[in-house]
Amino acid sequence: MASKKTNPNKVSVEDSNSRRDFIKKSGLFTALALTPPSLVMASENKWDEKIAEYLETVPLSIEVNGKKHNLNIEPRTTLLDLLREQLQLTGTKKGCDHGQCGACTVHVNGTRILSCLSLASMQQNAQVTTIEGLSKGKKLHPMQEAFIKNDSFQCGYCTPGQIMSGIACIKEGHANSREEIREYMSGNICRCGAYHNIVDAITEVKEGGKEI
Amino acid sequence: MKNFQIIRALSAASAVSNIKKEKEAMFIAGGTNLVDLMKKNVVAPDKLVDITALDLKQIEFLKGKVSIGALAKNSQVAEDASIKEKHPLLAQALAAGASQQIRHMATVGGNMLQRTRCSYFYNTDMPCNKRVPKSGCGAIGGVNRMHAIFGASESCIAVHPSDMCVALAALDANVLVEGPKGKRQIKFTDFHRLPGNTPEKDNTLEDKELITSIEIPDNNFTKNVHYLKVRDRSSYAFALVSVAVALDLKNDKINDVRLAMGGVAHKPWRLTEAEEFLKGKTISEGIFKQAADLAMRGARGYGDNDFKLTLGANAITEALTIAASK
Repeated sequence: MASKKTNPNKVSVEDSNSRRDFIKKSGLFTALALTPPSLVMASENKWDEKIAEYLETVPLSIEVNGKKHNLNIEPRTTLLDLLREQLQLTGTKKGCDHGQCGACTVHVNGTRILSCLSLASMQQNAQVTTIEGLSKGKKLHPMQEAFIKNDSFQCGYCTPGQIMSGIACIKEGHANSREEIREYMSGNICRCGAYHNIVDAITEVKEGGKEI
Repeated sequence: MKNFQIIRALSAASAVSNIKKEKEAMFIAGGTNLVDLMKKNVVAPDKLVDITALDLKQIEFLKGKVSIGALAKNSQVAEDASIKEKHPLLAQALAAGASQQIRHMATVGGNMLQRTRCSYFYNTDMPCNKRVPKSGCGAIGGVNRMHAIFGASESCIAVHPSDMCVALAALDANVLVEGPKGKRQIKFTDFHRLPGNTPEKDNTLEDKELITSIEIPDNNFTKNVHYLKVRDRSSYAFALVSVAVALDLKNDKINDVRLAMGGVAHKPWRLTEAEEFLKGKTISEGIFKQAADLAMRGARGYGDNDFKLTLGANAITEALTIAASK
């Protein structure tokens, strides 16, 4: 112990060697624990062919909120995880992750879908709109304004999904009565129970006739 | 979710030939059920064949029938003006299923192939003969409120969850498939099967066969039809019991009738005896009740779902009454 304390260089060399050994032995496991973007980078740079072999990625071209992305992703990546984890668009929420709550609703090629049940690898050349893509500069989308005005949320977690779904509900022509809105919004669950005010907001936007 | 390979097929033939070579390969279209099952590790394919680029999305009105491509979306069919006019029962059943987001994703073929929502099937810690053959059935003697009252076996009391399929069974549809051995046609009522000793098989598709379309023969069921769905909340829930009714009436006399139930069996449950009883009779509440009693003969509960015996009879009477009054 005493000799080590008086000879710090030696300790340093030993440490360095053992670390290198450790990295060498556990390369694959370390790689598996990496987040997907770093893994993609690793695979592109051929840092470790084992990584690419074990976790094969596929190329994906996708447009999100008007911005084009060329990515390499694992086939099992859902559109929701791609948006949140790789593109850092965390406005789209992960509620149940099993298609039961609607919090992950986004528009793909103009149609509302559940991003948690969509494989990103099947969205080649798709145009995706998320809650982040609605406002024009600092000007909020009419549905966002209506949600604020009508107090259409409490905790706010389901709100991005509710807003994406509400816009689609009107565009589809399914907002002609409160009953019809409730039926066609039934895929968006709100645990705070703000349903009445959500229907108010959608009704107001529908009747306001603004371009959505 | 286990990682997998994915390839995109550009024709039905290439889809079938691609999948033929792989043991643990599956087709994927809407993915609304399959992706969920993969997340839960209920199924874990090594390879997916993406069939969404195939040209199987059209709804075509041909001589004597309508042909609906297997990749037509549930919302596309539910909102098609001609389907609403000529096959309103199908449009109603589709609109009663899932949510609009899921209907935009889910295809007709995928709707047919969706797995049961039995919670024991989904929970990989529990026994389930459908998921792991010979492992036992957790639902028999377990929590079985959603389960079958008709045609179940000692191996499985799960139900098929589709609404669309109940209407298609009632409307005498046919299923067109393509597989390694070529093309063939299956009667819709023969497509899904009862569990017996092999509940792992939901239907009569052969290995690696692909559904390409369904066909519905023309009929006169354009007015007095109703799809009644009884569920725990008013929308976006699976049926406890559902009833599809199609009546062809002439001066209150029943020329022709179709009756089928959902949420009660391992397959859409066609009520042919009740249909035969109703044919030629004049509509009345008494006749409808007799038909319902006839339809419920042979039904049995498993404890939590005993209420379905009364609910089923009431739902049939109610659906017939609503359809007749349209």
